[in-house]
Formats: sequence, structure tokens, C-alpha cells
Amino acid sequence: MHVVVCTKVTPDTAAKVSVNDAGVVGWSEAPVINPWDEYAVTEAVLLKGDHGGQATVMTVGKQEHEEALKQGLAIGCDQAIRVWDDALEGHDNLQYSKAAAAAIEKLGDVDLVIFGKEFADTQTDQYVYQVARKLGWTSLGAVAKILEIDFNASTIKVERLLEQGKAVVSAKLPAVIAVLKDINEPKYPSFMGIRKAAKAEIPVWNLGELGIDVGEPKTKVAQYKNLPVRGSQVQLFDGTPEEAAAKLADKLIEEKVI
Amino acid sequence: MIFVWTEHFDDKLAQASREALGKATKLGAGEVVALVFGENVDDIVKQSFHYGADKVIKADDATLANFRAEPYVALLVKAAQEHNPNYILAASTARGREVMGGASMDLDAGLISDVNELEIEGGNLKAVRPVYSGKVLATETASGDLQMATLRSRAFTPNEPDESRSGEVIELAPVLSEADITSKVESFEEAKGSVSLTDAAIIVSGGRGVGGPDGFDPVRELAEVLGAALGASRATVDAGWIPYEHQVGQTGKVVSPDLYIAAGISGAIQHQAGMRTAKVIVAINKDPEAPIFGLATYGIVGDLFQYVPALTKAFKERLGK
Ligand SMILES: Cc1cc2nc3c(=O)[nH]c(=O)nc-3n(C[C@H](O)[C@H](O)[C@H](O)COP(=O)(O)OP(=O)(O)OC[C@H]3O[C@@H](n4cnc5c(N)ncnc54)[C@H](O)[C@@H]3O)c2cc1C
Ligand SMILES: Nc1ncnc2c1ncn2[C@@H]1O[C@H](COP(=O)(O)O)[C@@H](O)[C@H]1O
Repeated sequence: MHVVVCTKVTPDTAAKVSVNDAGVVGWSEAPVINPWDEYAVTEAVLLKGDHGGQATVMTVGKQEHEEALKQGLAIGCDQAIRVWDDALEGHDNLQYSKAAAAAIEKLGDVDLVIFGKEFADTQTDQYVYQVARKLGWTSLGAVAKILEIDFNASTIKVERLLEQGKAVVSAKLPAVIAVLKDINEPKYPSFMGIRKAAKAEIPVWNLGELGIDVGEPKTKVAQYKNLPVRGSQVQLFDGTPEEAAAKLADKLIEEKVI
Repeated sequence: MIFVWTEHFDDKLAQASREALGKATKLGAGEVVALVFGENVDDIVKQSFHYGADKVIKADDATLANFRAEPYVALLVKAAQEHNPNYILAASTARGREVMGGASMDLDAGLISDVNELEIEGGNLKAVRPVYSGKVLATETASGDLQMATLRSRAFTPNEPDESRSGEVIELAPVLSEADITSKVESFEEAKGSVSLTDAAIIVSGGRGVGGPDGFDPVRELAEVLGAALGASRATVDAGWIPYEHQVGQTGKVVSPDLYIAAGISGAIQHQAGMRTAKVIVAINKDPEAPIFGLATYGIVGDLFQYVPALTKAFKERLGK
């Protein structure tokens, strides 16, 4: 079996992110592996532990994203691959997905691709479905649990968390899935793992090697803005529970939010 | 022409799809065509007209009874190829993201996800969407002959339903037969007795301050009186006090209700990522220094076990329940 997990770095969730006067987004601390991907990488390593075979961690991105690959290696993935090409500068989701799908095809023997739910920075949640479609594989988003997986029979059964409830879905492998937080307890790297990962040579594949042309971007960001400052200061209600509750209830009814 | 891929559940057009249809009618992009896929969907077709569709493209087949990406994407792609719309919209739900993401690749069309604001400028979609866990807003534009966008729940208002509206229904035959489809929905367990977080106008959430699984009882009672959905912080989910589907925040659900009541929640930045866009935020917390008060519109500094039941009682009286 061969599982591929796709990841990248994003600002730390606790980082203060803001847009400067030049319209550029910046943040306070060093970027970390995308929080949703902690579950995706862990799931790949758990599957490898249970079923044997190979786990590959992959990114489409500049050098800075190698930090996420190293985290994947340190947790237990066997190899890391970075896809990058100057033609991907200013890329949109479609271009990314085409590159990611081509790299998965180049690997050749992949049974399952795991994504995190989304990137905490771009929050587009498109890659999973675009990559699946490009490969011609089934996509399963919002996976809360892998109930069964059989790499010999090429079958998978998952629980998906949809807006109105939970669906149990079975599918044929190869497939592309996106996993939610609930799926596992994320693994963190050991010292040994970190040392091994630091020494790893990470190959970079360009579009020529992948033999594809990703075309022109079809969406682009025109502008970043900071959030509008939220109203004024909090209005506090005090007194006994009955008094405070009465004043607050009246206020909320007056505001027509109830 | 503008397509709106619609979702339905329990014979009802989904709230988020009503919102998407409403927005489509206000964009000035020509004919609004609703796409209705499923089994026995005549009622949904009618509702699509009531909520603003000028035409409906309907695919009614047993293979479409449960949502599955492959047959649904194949149909959306076929409909787009046959009718050449300029734009396709859908709700930014789990299913909407999957169908639109898949179709965008087949159609090689730019897709802007999860937008809060949407307009057409010079023939191109221009949207505002939250990025960086909702800490920044990005204005994005699309280009090309076909452009797509998914709309965040509760960001747009549906039209008042007009029961006198109807129109042409175009039938679309399924593209894939059951044998061609590699996935199967084995079962579906409906989230019972509760309002969906992403559709909810009011959310009442509990945090670690509730102290344990039973501590959610007063929070749940307040939610019931208000007809609200029940939310939770990650700390309570991780502690196993409440299932993950209730989690609000960066690694949970992102919600935009009219009213968000946070009881015993400190308001960590990752929690804020999920609820910052609520219109009115109420915090009940015994610590006056809790970060949630920096975001809240109204607050009570005190013990939630005293103030939440008092609020429940106050609303019961005022709402006549
Ligand atoms: C990668 C990552 C992702 C995360 N994603 C999320 C997410 O999606 N959602 C999320 O919520 N968190 C998330 N977190 C966790 C987040 O950082 C906080 O740890 C979490 O939100 C804290 O939950 P809490 O407010 O319930 O608990 P606490 O921070 O412990 O706050 C409890 C609050 O209750 C108050 N309190 C206690 N007793 C009472 C009482 N009797 N009456 C009134 N008030 C009382 C206290 O004063 C305190 O302010 C994430 C963290 C990381 C690192
Ligand atoms: N450039 C990339 N390289 C590898 N994986 C990616 C890349 N972009 C997105 N992903 C994966 O796709 C998921 C969804 O990303 P997004 O659509 O940006 O929210 C992420 O959590 C990753 O697992």
C-alpha cells in the first residue's frame, strides 16, 4: 500500500495575522504545519503502521513548506516530495491541483491520498476534490473516521460528517479523502524523528519533470484587508442573576436578534 | 445565464441553497437556472421556483437518491457543457464544496470558495472571503468564460418565497449508471433534535466553565428556549463532554449567527476564528479578564450556573414559553 498526504505550512493558529500598509499579509511567529494536516499526516502514519507499506508526504510550494514535510518525516512518513516551479508563482487552486495530481501520478502506485480539511490560511477547500477529479478517483470530504480499509481488496469505508448528520460511505480505492479533527490523536515528532528528518534530502519536482502545463490562473486575490474593528466596548450587565438576566434579555429582544 | 446547484434534505430546499438562489437573482447575470438532482425531487423543483429560479434543470434518478460526488459532478459538468452558463453558484456546505470543486477541474473554471460578499464587475465575479482563520478578508476575482463561487451559509438573504412562480423544467438524464459509480452510501444517521450549527440564527455555546458533561444541561436548556443550536469549545470536545460536531472554531465549524452566546468560554483566538462574524456576541464568564469580553457586544461577569438559568427563565417569560 502507498498513502500520500498533502500538506504545507501556515501561520500558527495563535499568531496575530494582519495586513500592512502595502497590503501584504504578515504574522508574528514562525509558520507551522497546517493545523488540519496534523490529523492527515498522523492518519497516514497510523495506516502504514497497521497495514505496512509506504507513506509519502508531499507539498506543492516554495522551500518554506519543507518544514511541514520534515514534520511528516519526523512523525514517520518514509519519503517527502516537494513540487515547485516558477510557473506556479501566483498560482490559483486549479493550477496547484493539476501539479499535485501529476505528482501523485508520477509516484505511480498510490492507493489513498489524504488531505486535511483545508488550509488555515487560504481556506479554499478545493484541492481535495480537484485533485480527485484530475486523477479520476473518488473523493470523500469531511471524513470523521475510517471504519474499514482493505488495500488488497481496494476498498474503504468511512464516516462522513455532513451538515444534517453522519453518512457511512464505502468506496473503491484509489481515492482522495479529507479528514477532520476527530479522526485521531495527532502524533508529535520524537527527538530521533526530528534528527532524521533534518538530514533528509527532499527532491523537488518541477512541471517539466511532471510533464504538465498548468495554464493561467483563473482566480486571483485583488486585495487583502484587515477585519473591520468590532463596534465599541462590551456593555456589561450586573446585579443579581435575575436582574442581569432581565436587562440582557430585554436588550437582546430590543436588538431583534431573538 | 447563472446556474445554482441546490441541495435539499427531507424534501426541503436547504436554507443555504435558498440563500444562494436569492443572491443569484440579485446579481443581474441573466436567467437563474436551478439544478436539482436527486430522486423524487418534484417538490424541490417547485420550491426552487418559489425561491427565485427562472428555469430548473432536473435529474431524477435512483442513482441520485443519496449525495455522491461522482454522479453529481458528472451531471453538473454535463449541464454546464450543454447550456453554457456564465456563472455557477452553490452553497459552501460539505456537499457544495465537493460538487463545485470537482466540477471546476472538469470545466477548467476558476472557483472562489466560501464567499461572504459577491458581485459582478466588468463581467467577472468579485468576492470577499475570510482567510487566515478569519483574521483577514481577501477580495478575489475570477476570469474566464465560466466562473464559479460557493456562498457561505447565512451571508446572503433568501427571497421571500413566491408560490405563484414556476417555469420551464429541463430533464437531464444521469451520466453514470450504478455500475459506473465506485462509492455507495451505506447509511445515514440524522443529527436528531438539534438545529444545524451552520444554519442557526442563534447559537448558545458552552466551554470548559461548564465543568463536565452535565454542566451542558443549563446551556442546552437556554438553547432550547431560544430555538438555538448548541455549540461548544474545543476544550469540552477534547474532554469528551460533547461530540465533535458541536465544536465551533478554527478546527471546528465556522458560524455566522445573529446571536452567539458564549458561556464559560475564555475566547481563545482559535475559538474566535469560528464565531467572530456573529452579529451580536454575548459572553457569560466569571473572569472579567477573559479575552471573550474583548469581542463581546454584551457581557455578564459571573457564574454561568447562576446566570444561564436566570436567562433561560427571563426568556421563557418574555417569549411566552
Ligand atoms: C491548532 C489548534 C486548533 C484549535 N481549534 C479550536 C477550535 O476549533 N475551537 C476552540 O474552541 N478551540 C480551539 N483550540 C483551543 C483553544 O486554544 C482553547 O484551548 C479553547 O478554545 C479553550 O476552551 P474554553 O474556552 O472552553 O476553555 P478555557 O480556556 O479553559 O476557558 C474556560 C473559561 O470558563 C470560565 N469559567 C469557568 N467556570 C465558570 C463558571 N462557573 N461560570 C462562568 N465562567 C466560568 C473561565 O473563566 C474561563 O474563561 C485550538 C487550539 C489549537 C492549538
Ligand atoms: N500546495 C499543496 N501541497 C500539498 N497539499 C496541499 C496543497 N494545497 C493544499 N493541500 C492540501 O489541501 C488541503 C486543503 O487546502 P485548502 O483548499 O487551501 O484549504 C490542505 O489541508 C492540504 O492537506
